[in-house]
Amino acid sequence: MIALGLFNYWAVIVLMMVGFYTLIARGNLVKKLIGLNIFQTSVILMYVSFGKVEGGTAPILIEAAEHGAEAAEPILYSNPIPHVLMLTAIVVGVATLALGLSLVVRIKEAFGTVEEDEIQSASL
Amino acid sequence: MDDRVILRVGAKILIPFILIFALYVQFHGDYGPGGGFQAGVIFAAAFVLYALVFGLGNAIKVLPPKAAYFCGAFGVLLFVGVGYASMALGGEFLNYSVLAHDPTHGQHYGIIGVELGVLITVFGVMVALFYAFAGRRRLDR
Amino acid sequence: MSQNLPALLVVVPLLLAPLAALSGRAKIAWGIATAACWWTLYAAISLLLRVQESGVIRYSLGGWEPPYGIEYRIDLASAFVALIVAAIGAVTIPYAGTSIAKEVSEDRAPLFYTAWILMLAGLLGIAITGDVFNVFVFLEISSLSAYSMIALGQDRRALTSTFQYLIMGSVGATFIVIGIGLMYVMTGTLNMVDLAERLPMVESNRTIPVAFTFLTVGITLKLALFPLHLWLPNAYTYAPSAVTAFMASTSTKVSVYLLLRFFFTIFGEVFSFEQMRLNMVLMPLALIAILAISLVAIYEVNVKRMLAFSSVAQIGYMVLGISFGTVLGVTAGIIHLFNHALMKGALFMAMGCVMYRIGSVQLDKMAGLGKAMPWTMAAFVGAGLSLIGVPLTVGFVSKWYLVQAALAEGQWFVAGVVMVGSLMALIYIWKVVEVAYFQEPDPDHEIIEAPLSMLIPTWVLVIASFWFGIDATTTATVATQAAETLLGAMP
Repeated sequence: MIALGLFNYWAVIVLMMVGFYTLIARGNLVKKLIGLNIFQTSVILMYVSFGKVEGGTAPILIEAAEHGAEAAEPILYSNPIPHVLMLTAIVVGVATLALGLSLVVRIKEAFGTVEEDEIQSASL
Repeated sequence: MDDRVILRVGAKILIPFILIFALYVQFHGDYGPGGGFQAGVIFAAAFVLYALVFGLGNAIKVLPPKAAYFCGAFGVLLFVGVGYASMALGGEFLNYSVLAHDPTHGQHYGIIGVELGVLITVFGVMVALFYAFAGRRRLDR
Repeated sequence: MSQNLPALLVVVPLLLAPLAALSGRAKIAWGIATAACWWTLYAAISLLLRVQESGVIRYSLGGWEPPYGIEYRIDLASAFVALIVAAIGAVTIPYAGTSIAKEVSEDRAPLFYTAWILMLAGLLGIAITGDVFNVFVFLEISSLSAYSMIALGQDRRALTSTFQYLIMGSVGATFIVIGIGLMYVMTGTLNMVDLAERLPMVESNRTIPVAFTFLTVGITLKLALFPLHLWLPNAYTYAPSAVTAFMASTSTKVSVYLLLRFFFTIFGEVFSFEQMRLNMVLMPLALIAILAISLVAIYEVNVKRMLAFSSVAQIGYMVLGISFGTVLGVTAGIIHLFNHALMKGALFMAMGCVMYRIGSVQLDKMAGLGKAMPWTMAAFVGAGLSLIGVPLTVGFVSKWYLVQAALAEGQWFVAGVVMVGSLMALIYIWKVVEVAYFQEPDPDHEIIEAPLSMLIPTWVLVIASFWFGIDATTTATVATQAAETLLGAMP
């Protein structure tokens, strides 16, 4: 039961390993980048699941609560900070991916291939 | 693409709504969910759609690559400018509270200014990225 | 203005970066970059003086009090590292003006300088921030700009080595984010001081050692500790010369600083060294780096690549100092951090001068350069002496402190390895000297001395490496104080 209760971490670990494996094992540079992106996305999922509070709603200020009107019970929010952090991490991830892809385009122009082994033999 | 009437008409109908939606996300973003990042990407998506349907040449006529570069840099300037304004008014960097007579309004103005900077930068960078990739010659042919 | 100085240190470059991008002309962009570098030097010096005078400076960004907002927290260690980065930036930027004009095309140069300024801002940001997630953001700002600058190297292999660096660097950064996330979920804070207070309460939980491990691996990837150094030699070899000089003396140094920050300030030396037995991992790796990588450097025929391997070995010295976990050891690490920045900067700049004139840094192309480019090669020899650790140079000071730290721990073997490492440095520096001074030049090529705008910055670093070698009291005092702050021996 404990293992099932932590299923979000299982999902994160599986995604992380899928991404990491792709990153290491694939010789195609584009596939490597895809692996990197899956790897980074798993971390985003990890953070977002940290922020979830059981029974909590999305951390958006609700008007009724803001004006002190009849909120029958205090509203339980999920923790917004991990979301904010991941917004930044997503931007960093996008920037990395864009830079990586532009490198791949230029590698393709310079070497005529995006396969790692062919590049290696071409640059000797 | 000249014969694809449905695509052209569909895109023409959609693009204004995409732009409006981007602005909605932008101006809703000071206290609610939304903000410059998302709005900038949506705004850029409208241009990318335009470029895909009507061709890169037409898109460049609407927004030259130089203008996209300019947007990318100008947004950062706006963002940092808000920070400098708050320093000039005696607060810390990006302390919006000093921007207006009372802190609540100051926070409001500050966030809108900063988010606008983010919108312009993200929009500019996204479009510039699209141009940079789309403008490359075809490698395989 | 003065109370905003911590923010201005980072924010002035951030303001100037888009201006450089908009300028559209290489010369103007270079001027803006120069302004940014020299401003940060001024700011870093005044911050260091103020920290020495009145202790830790704290600055809450946006007026949000810590631990809710991001805080810049400048103690002696951060001010010292910020000063190193800013000083190297200020020295290399005049050099870059000439060298980049030759190596990077005119239309790309403005964006190159934009990346340069952003990298500077990122590195300074890492040094002064007191928020762990902010560290990650600045780390990626500096890394992404570094990737784009390396990719502008002339050789097409610059592209593949950048790609390799990008993949490994991003994995390292992601590891750091995982570690930060695990710490956050256990303590609910991202502020370094707050983390340091709350971590001992949850230390028994298994999550914390996992977080520690992720952070260690991530940071050692960024600082290129053996065996995670594979990205470094290629990246340094094929990057434009000025970028190599700037990166070699700043980016890995800042990563070493991060290592110190995480091990000592956040986790505390008791947890890092007694509970996690970090020295059992770091010391062997550092020793292998010194011996094995120096050996690789001896057999290298591309001088830039040789120096890059030597950098990996020198990082071994720094990590070795840290791995003692004592004030003496950490002092040695910090001193070497500064000294290595000086000498490796000078060496790479000398090689940049050679690259500028003969378009190659292969050993066999450098025959007779001692006559053709006397000042350049003299600078190389001067900085090379420092790398070997000859007395009266900064290299000697580092080795002296390192050996002292080793002997204080009774580690005779380690002290021996430091000596052997010096001898190996002698061999690979000698190889270059032999070719440059004792072989006849190729009579077909007329080679002249490098332009003054490149020679002067090189010589500034060479002279500094002698100056601080002869009079080491300034650096030693600051480094000792910084080490004491980190280890908590001083309030």
